[in-house]
Amino acid sequence: MTLDATDRRILNRMQDDLPLVPHPYAAVAAELGLEEAELLDRLARMKKARVITRFGPFFDAAAMGGAFCLCAMAVPDAEFEEVMIKVNALPEVAHNYQRTHRLNMWFVLASETPGGIAAAADAIERETGHKVLRFPKLQEFFIGFRVAA
Amino acid sequence: MSIDTTDRAIITALQGGLPLVQAPFAQVAEGLGLAESDLMDRIAAMKSSGVIRRIAAAPNHYKLGMVANGMTVWDVDDARIDALGPQVGALPFVTHSYERPRARPDWPYNLFAMVHGATRDEVEAKRAQIAALLGDACRGHDILYSTRILKKTGLRLKERN
Repeated sequence: MTLDATDRRILNRMQDDLPLVPHPYAAVAAELGLEEAELLDRLARMKKARVITRFGPFFDAAAMGGAFCLCAMAVPDAEFEEVMIKVNALPEVAHNYQRTHRLNMWFVLASETPGGIAAAADAIERETGHKVLRFPKLQEFFIGFRVAA
Repeated sequence: MSIDTTDRAIITALQGGLPLVQAPFAQVAEGLGLAESDLMDRIAAMKSSGVIRRIAAAPNHYKLGMVANGMTVWDVDDARIDALGPQVGALPFVTHSYERPRARPDWPYNLFAMVHGATRDEVEAKRAQIAALLGDACRGHDILYSTRILKKTGLRLKERN
């Protein structure tokens, strides 16, 4: 789909927090000078077209007493698909990307318990025979997530 | 914060997203057998404790034409990362930025900054701006482009009470 100027304003606004009120979309529509029905319709279209992959709460596993950890592996090309299937099979693997580097598989482990990260990474090492480098976040330098639309 | 059974049910109900209807909290509350006000109070508590960071849209970079996705990585002087990290995070084109431990000898980099663009040239130009900002505090850097999304599901709670 092609986004028009109104879609872009909506997408930018909706990357910020939704007000916690009984009719939150009406409140955002008023901010943007739109009707609630039009905002809901445009959001539904952008979601259907996968311009918005998800609309809802962003959860922080660490704040629930769990943890996130970025991990990387150097997987030989010939084994890549087989290793990917084994890695993706773990429910703790939240995202997984192939990247241009000797370390060519990068994934995020999310667990409700701190011990869950080590257990999942160790399991992947056992099942694949490859080392899992672990890069837990030490500090987040985060101002605001925003795609200029 | 420890989350109780009701919070878990709320998180599970909202993992897929918030409904796009006039009164989304009332609709979710009804499905859980809660009052709308109770659900909203619990969401407010989870927001203040940080369990919920925000309620917002996750955009698809690829669909927005941002097809070049570069993870830029930097070996920054440990003594200067506290000052420089927030400056990198504040650059408008950096969507996430973190300090992470090095894993020598495989990996000398301790600062990660995600940069998206319509082309790799655009991402390279942004990378050059980060390099200029870090100056002589940076001893080496690299960029890893994503070539394939292998999985993307987000956090999933296990089924349990």
